[in-house]
This record gives sequence, C-alpha cells and structure tokens, in this order.
Amino acid sequence: MELITGRPISPGMAVGPIHILQRDGEQASPSSASTIPQRELERFHLACRQTAQALRAQEDSARTQAGQTGADILHIHAMLLEDPDFLEAAEALIRGGTPAHQAALEAGRCFAAAFSALEDPYLRARSADVTEVAQQVADHLNGRQEDPLPPSPVLLAAEALAPGQLLRWGKERLLGLILTACTPTSHTAILARTMGVPLIVVPALSQNWQGQRAALDGSAGQLWLDPDEAVLDRFTAALASGQPPDQLATLPSVTQDGRKVILLANIGGPAEASAALEQGAEGVGLFRSEFLFLDWERCPDEETQFVLYRQTVQAMAGRRVVIRTLDAGADKPLPYLDLPAEENPALGCRGIRLSLARPELFRPQLRAILRAAVYGPVSVMFPMVSAPQEVIRAKKLLEECRRALEAEGTAAGPLEIGVMIETPAAALTADQLAREVSFFSIGTNDLTQYTLAADRQSAGSYDPHHPAVLELIRMSVESAHRHGCRAAVCGELAADLEMTAQLFRLGVDELSVSPSALLPLRRHIRQLNLN
Amino acid sequence: MKEFSYTITNPVGIHARPAALLVETARGLTSAVTVRKGERSASADRLMALMLLGVVQGDQVTVTLEGPEEAQDAALLEAFFRQNL
Repeated sequence: MELITGRPISPGMAVGPIHILQRDGEQASPSSASTIPQRELERFHLACRQTAQALRAQEDSARTQAGQTGADILHIHAMLLEDPDFLEAAEALIRGGTPAHQAALEAGRCFAAAFSALEDPYLRARSADVTEVAQQVADHLNGRQEDPLPPSPVLLAAEALAPGQLLRWGKERLLGLILTACTPTSHTAILARTMGVPLIVVPALSQNWQGQRAALDGSAGQLWLDPDEAVLDRFTAALASGQPPDQLATLPSVTQDGRKVILLANIGGPAEASAALEQGAEGVGLFRSEFLFLDWERCPDEETQFVLYRQTVQAMAGRRVVIRTLDAGADKPLPYLDLPAEENPALGCRGIRLSLARPELFRPQLRAILRAAVYGPVSVMFPMVSAPQEVIRAKKLLEECRRALEAEGTAAGPLEIGVMIETPAAALTADQLAREVSFFSIGTNDLTQYTLAADRQSAGSYDPHHPAVLELIRMSVESAHRHGCRAAVCGELAADLEMTAQLFRLGVDELSVSPSALLPLRRHIRQLNLN
Repeated sequence: MKEFSYTITNPVGIHARPAALLVETARGLTSAVTVRKGERSASADRLMALMLLGVVQGDQVTVTLEGPEEAQDAALLEAFFRQNL
C-alpha cells in the first residue's frame, strides 16, 4: 500500500481501478488540411459552427447532471466559439498560411494567456475554458476520436480534464478524478463538486498506477494505492453511512404520514432562478414581473420582456414558471403611464384593472409571455382580481394576442391561466372564478390586509392567522378543487412554519416561498405528522 | 449617447453566466454598448473582451450606449446590471 497526498478539490470517497488518460501528441492530419487559405477559412468556420452546435445540443443533458452550472459551461463554450475576437485572431493566422487546426490552437493559447495574466483567480481560471474549446475545434478539424475509457467505472488519472469531457462521461463512468493540473475555481472543479465526483490534485502521475486498485478521499486529498483491509473498511463504512446535508433539496416534500405538497419559489427576476433551483424549488410559483416596469422612462417593449421571461423559463429547465402580470397602481412609480393620482391607490386602479384599462401595456406583456411559453411550461396569473368579468376580458385579450402572433408567424406556446386570490371578493366568489381558470394562488399578504382592514405595518391589528383569513383560504381551496383547479399559497403564510400543518389540512396543493425559505420548509414538512 | 455607472455587487464579477447573459442582452439591443473599467473598455457583445476586462466585485464600470433607442436600452441594461451583477 502507498499513500499519495494531494490537494483536496472536490469531496467524496470512492474505491476502484485507476485508469490513466493518455494524451496523444499533437499531429496534423495532412489529408484534410489544405494549403489554400480560403479553403482553410471555410474548414475553420465550419468546425467552429459544428462544435458550437454540438455543445448546445448537450446543454440539457449537462443540466440534468450538474444543474444550471453544467449547462452554463457548455453554453459559454459555444459562445466563445462565436466570439468575434477569437474568430478574427484565428482568421488572421489562417490568411497568413497557418493550417486551420493550428490557428485554432494558437488563437486559443493567445487568449488563454491573456486570461492567465488577470489578477482575479476566478477570471484566471477561464483560460482553461478557452484552451478546451480551441482544442475541441482543432480535434474536430483533425477528425480525432476521444480517448476511450474502459467499460466499467474508473478512477481517472490525467493531467487535466476538460469540463465538457467531465459532463460527457459523468458519474456513470467516473468514480473519481486524480489530476495534476486543476485549480479549485476552474469549471472542472466546480462541476466535480456539483456532480459529487471526488477530485484531488497530485504533483505527478506514475504509469505504474495503471490498473491498480485505489481508494480516493476527496476531502482529505488522499489516494491510497492498493489499500489494505483497514483502509478499505474505513472507506466501506464511510460510503455506507448517511447522506451529505445538501441532499435535502432533492428529498421529497412529504410528511411522515405520506401527505405531499409541491414547493415552489417566489422570484423577482431571471437571476434568482438558479438560486431557486439550488434550494430545491420544483418550479416558480410566482414570478413578479414588476422589475420590468418600475423606474423606467418608457414602457418596456415586448422584445425586452420576452428575452427576460425566456431566460427565466430556460433557467428553470422544464419546471413550470408562473408569471404574474403587472401588479402595480398609482402608488408605484410608472411615470410613462400618466396615471391620475388616486386618494387611495392601494384600493384603486391596480393589477388586472390597470392592465385591462391600458391594453397598450397589457398586450406586449401577454405577447411576451405567450412567446416565452415556447421554451418551457409557463402559466400566466392575474393579480388583484375581484370579479369573473375581469378574467373573462383578460382571457379574450390573451386569445387575440395569440391569434395575432400566429398570423405574424411568431411561435406562441401553450399557456395555463390562473388568478391571484387576494381580495375578499375573489375568495367569496371563488366558485365562479374557478370555472374560468386552471389554478388559484392565494396572496395571503394582501388578502389579510383587505380582510382585516389593517395595514401590514399596523402591529396588533394585522394578524395573518386570523380565523377570517383562514376561512377565506378554506373557501378558495374548496372552490378550486370542486372545479378541478390547483390551489397554491404564495404569500408569507406559505413560509410560516406554524401554519404549515394547518395549510395541509385545508388542502393546499402548492406552497410558493422565497428561495431562502425552501430548505427549512422542506425539512419541517418531512418531520410533520398530521394524524 | 447615454451613460451610467454601476458598482459590481456580484461576488464573481463579470464572468461566465452574468457575462454571457450580458452579451446576449446587449446583442438584442439596437444600441452599441461599451463597458469601461478604468482605462480599458470592451464592446458588450464580445464575450471574451468583456471577461478580459477583469471586472470583479467592487469595481465601478461605466456603460455607454449609442443608438436610436439609447434611453430605453440604457434603462433596460441598468435593470439587468441590478438584477445580475
């Protein structure tokens, strides 16, 4: 037995045979390279396009294995291959007579060096990304095959491993990684940690290791070659016991007695989508669209909204996103709307009333949402509803927008429709509303204010646990279920652990909370027993 | 021309995902967008150049826009920076 000590990069333990990745020397493939620069330019551009396409095609699989982080890496690699600076640098070399594959590598080296010269370690690590994509283009041009791995999983020893390669082989083929060149902030390191693949960095590899059984301890940075009984027992015990704490996000939100509620996230912009996913959100229960409208000089156009909705939908990777249409009124700064001042803006023309009164505002939003619905499951939700007529009118406008898009040849996706239940009127006439929609989302903050005639800030009067509020929730949920609709709660009450059992008993199907509240809520649900 | 300054709050600065999103967002605008840090600047639709600016948390950058819809684009980009960077 021999102990090799290295630097811990990604935690985890694994036992298995070592396989050393051999890197062939760089060779030109004379038959495919041309001496005519114009021809080499064409080959180069084709190789870049095809490699970028292949990377994009792998994004979904990468997302499954390593979350949005994995998908982002391949996405960025694809973008690097389309970057004008990289392309222009390689083109200049090719015009000067350099063969395409060499030009790709040299351009890659040049930019990798530029990144390595940066101060910030995170940015410095990006040089590995440039090197990897340049190598992929060169390999594509040379028609080189990937180095094969043995059929059963191995501890892979290599100089370096490109992140794309790590994603392609995945946990099925790789028990662990032993590398000589890998920084903790490199994409490979980040991915290994996300995927749960142990990784250590050692000073050097030895060809003697090939085929040897070894035990790898990622947290300790240790590699035990030909481990003895004692070491093997320690590893077996460690591998058999408990799950790491961050597995909680993947455990089902089910009570001890088997009752399930779906956990969703409330977010205010596309940037929060990844955080929501990491915290175990099964979807977005409330996407607040106000950030697009407030503090602007002009009404955000359809294109702007579409891009941002689409980013969010894609970031949520196949999980439903519920987009709430503009929830604002005279109390919010919307200077481009020229809203007449109101005595009591909280009780006036706001939410869906405002949208219906200002179709020039409503239409672009509805169109943008319809277009984003092509990229994943999307629902639209109307705020401040107090009468079925409002929903009927909104649905009519939605249909007009869909027909218009179709006539223009622009793709519109399927859209589920729901309403916020946040006025007493909506709760009390929930039956009529349920006939018009597929789901309710109960906004307990506003519902409590309007029901108790008390502002959130008035301590003593504002009581979210007030029986009147709970009764309105009960009525809404019952009406929803009577008409085959789902009932969600998206106000603060959803994250109130004192109320979780009660909400279960009321029959709520989904709880939508801020991302930071997800894990505590999931943990709480799992130790509840409602019997 | 429209201009705004912004101090980066994202712990990893302008790199990877935020940089890619910025490039894609900038590409969708009609304005020509430049990001400047100190003496050096980069066009916002060039991913490599943007990342090579080496913008990290705490850095102040100046974003300049030129185009027929520069006011609208500036507001959109500023919102983008606030959301992502």
